[in-house]
Amino acid sequence: MSIKIAVAGNPNSGKTTLFNALTGSNQYVGNWPGVTVEKKEGRLVKNPDVILVDLPGIYSLSTNSIEETIAKNFLLEANPDAIINIVDGTSLERNLYLTTQLAELGIPMVLAINMMDVVEKCGGKIDSTAIGSAFGMPVVEISALKETQIDQLIKVAMEAANKKGYTAPHHRFSGGVEHTLGHIEELILHDQPEQKQRWYAVKLFERNELIQEELGLTPEILAHIEKDIQLSEKEFDDDSDSIIAAERYDFIAEVLEKACKHRTTGEISPSDRIDQVVTNRWLALPIFALVMFAVYYISISSVGGLMTSWTNDVLFGELILPTTSRWLEAWGVADWLQDLLVDGILGGVGAVLGFLPQMAVLFLFLSLLEFSGYMARVAFIMDKLFRRFGLSGKSFIPMLIGSGCSVPAILAARTIEDEQDRRMTVITTSFIPCSAKLPVIAMIAGAFFGGKGWISFGAYFLGVAAVIISGLLLKKTRYFSKGATPFVMELPAYRWPSLKCVLNTTWDRVSSYVKKATTIILLASILIWFSTYFGWVDGQFQMLDRLQLDQSILARLGNSIAWIFQPLGWGDWKAVVAAMTGLVARETIVSTFGIFYGFAEVAETGQEIWTNLRAAFTPLSSASFLIFILLSPPCFAAISSIRREMNSSKWTLFAVSYMTALGYVSALIVYQLGSWISGADFNLWTGIALSFVAVLIWLLFRPAPRKRASLQNSKAEA
Amino acid sequence: MRTLRDVKVGEKVRVIKVHGHGPIRRRLMDMGITKNVEIYVRKVAPLGDPIEVNLRGYELSLRKDDADIINVV
Repeated sequence: MSIKIAVAGNPNSGKTTLFNALTGSNQYVGNWPGVTVEKKEGRLVKNPDVILVDLPGIYSLSTNSIEETIAKNFLLEANPDAIINIVDGTSLERNLYLTTQLAELGIPMVLAINMMDVVEKCGGKIDSTAIGSAFGMPVVEISALKETQIDQLIKVAMEAANKKGYTAPHHRFSGGVEHTLGHIEELILHDQPEQKQRWYAVKLFERNELIQEELGLTPEILAHIEKDIQLSEKEFDDDSDSIIAAERYDFIAEVLEKACKHRTTGEISPSDRIDQVVTNRWLALPIFALVMFAVYYISISSVGGLMTSWTNDVLFGELILPTTSRWLEAWGVADWLQDLLVDGILGGVGAVLGFLPQMAVLFLFLSLLEFSGYMARVAFIMDKLFRRFGLSGKSFIPMLIGSGCSVPAILAARTIEDEQDRRMTVITTSFIPCSAKLPVIAMIAGAFFGGKGWISFGAYFLGVAAVIISGLLLKKTRYFSKGATPFVMELPAYRWPSLKCVLNTTWDRVSSYVKKATTIILLASILIWFSTYFGWVDGQFQMLDRLQLDQSILARLGNSIAWIFQPLGWGDWKAVVAAMTGLVARETIVSTFGIFYGFAEVAETGQEIWTNLRAAFTPLSSASFLIFILLSPPCFAAISSIRREMNSSKWTLFAVSYMTALGYVSALIVYQLGSWISGADFNLWTGIALSFVAVLIWLLFRPAPRKRASLQNSKAEA
Repeated sequence: MRTLRDVKVGEKVRVIKVHGHGPIRRRLMDMGITKNVEIYVRKVAPLGDPIEVNLRGYELSLRKDDADIINVV
């Protein structure tokens, strides 16, 4: 029979390191249903009958954040056989707060005091036996990083699981509170399993609305216990939830007084010394810029870039593609099948996989930053700037990466704790021009604007503006204005990241990327290839050669929807089709135009076709085209990354629709108002464009709903 | 009444009461900001917000708006 053990603890307590050390590569990483929170489950390397479930890092079981709710639901409903509560030995006081709550759930528990290696190095002393007896559970001192005592931990945990008793909480609250809790248990909870009564009683004492609802309590019953609660509140001159929190911490302080050597408040630790430089008022931003530049440069430009070029040019360009072509020829494979395999599949997928080295190096760096503790500093430094737009300080990283490629950028949003911030970041990251959009920018700039550099600058500026506007706009919608988890964040001590952890996390992210490249993009490449090269010539359905592409399926499709883009100034089927091929990869737009104008191959900036383009577009309509390309959802790879991160088709649909809408409306406004300003007549579409501007302004400046109001209330009380 | 927001960098204070309701109040208390706890204000972020404080042996960052609901002495 499998034993299921839940691993619970604070963020940064070394949970992931422990989990990785115990399960090795026997892990399954996914998402908890319907949310963007990562779920990790694995079997012990040394004992595959034991399943470990890594719960999200939480500070409490208050059910105020998604992570807390997930943990609470799992612990109360999935009936794990035991809990391993991992606490950070270097900051026991706060870590044990969760312990007091977990102990109330009535599940066999083991306390694992982690980071003992650091504690010893700092000359700290912990009397774990004393802590164990005070809390009424076995304690094991471990170092997840050095993998010390982790086998012992599992042994103790399994003993606890097999004993089938339950850990009764040993901490007691003050007399008056205990009296009320007993009363509540007696009155309401006698139907609940005995071991869970305590937890429910405390939650009801705190007036937790979710629990009240869950238990289906009538107003009469609530009124009854309300009287008792108010008595306690008067006795302590404090609110019930505050009483409980304070008493938990008082209990912990009492235990630690005897069992642990304390640091006085405000003392400077080695981490604090590092922060004296790293988050220093004057040095923080330059250092931050340096770190970001280094990460970006090494992964995208030098090391990563070199390897990507090699992969694209040598591995694929000189080895795989020609060799495959040769084999196919030798086997007498039909021409069209050859084309499908080489151009369509290998070409499409290969282009994306070619970015793999860059991704790997990038994810490696991000892992290092995360596990060392620097990421929290990033959020600390950038918070003020980003929160105004509904984003987190940590959103900076995805935006930065997005200038290279949106796919890793979207995947990097995973480091953002708050779900609302995470979703917002995923939706807006793609607005930042990625390197695949550069050829298109260069093509338009070269053909219509004399190749001036300010067009490129304008594209980045547009991207940032889109992010800001989206943030301001979406922040006021119902989902995003609901009380988000407040930005109250721990700045964990700097640590040497565990190599196993870093490699595991990097591998996990890289393999997500690869899976995406091979599944959805494969399908998309085939589809686009097929609809580009097949069509009807003189009524006959056949494969087309380069000069007949205006009769392809894709071209007909483009023709039929071209009218949609008429108000944007480019309702020509070639432009529409080019835009559609841009969904495979943005740089394909250039080569598609090339093909349409009769060039089998064009330079990256499409110089050969500038004259053709000038005949098909005006500067204004080309700008409108560019804007649409820049803002609408980029390639399929990015869209499927969005799907992966949002873990919800509904949200993916929203993100894609929003981006398309913003791209369309922006292009419309620019083209219509631009035409009108440069002398065209005022017409229906000008009016529509103007009303869009008005709507946008209203959306941006309307007052935000309730959130502001609650802040006023709390200030008034003080 | 003095709040945590008014405290200068380098000062050590004691918490009297945490106001407000809902997630922010809950969060602050869960992180250890309860009656009588000692808090040391370590620094302010480079852009002016949030602030970093030390309490119960660890470093915590919170926004000035949120620090405003904590009465201290």
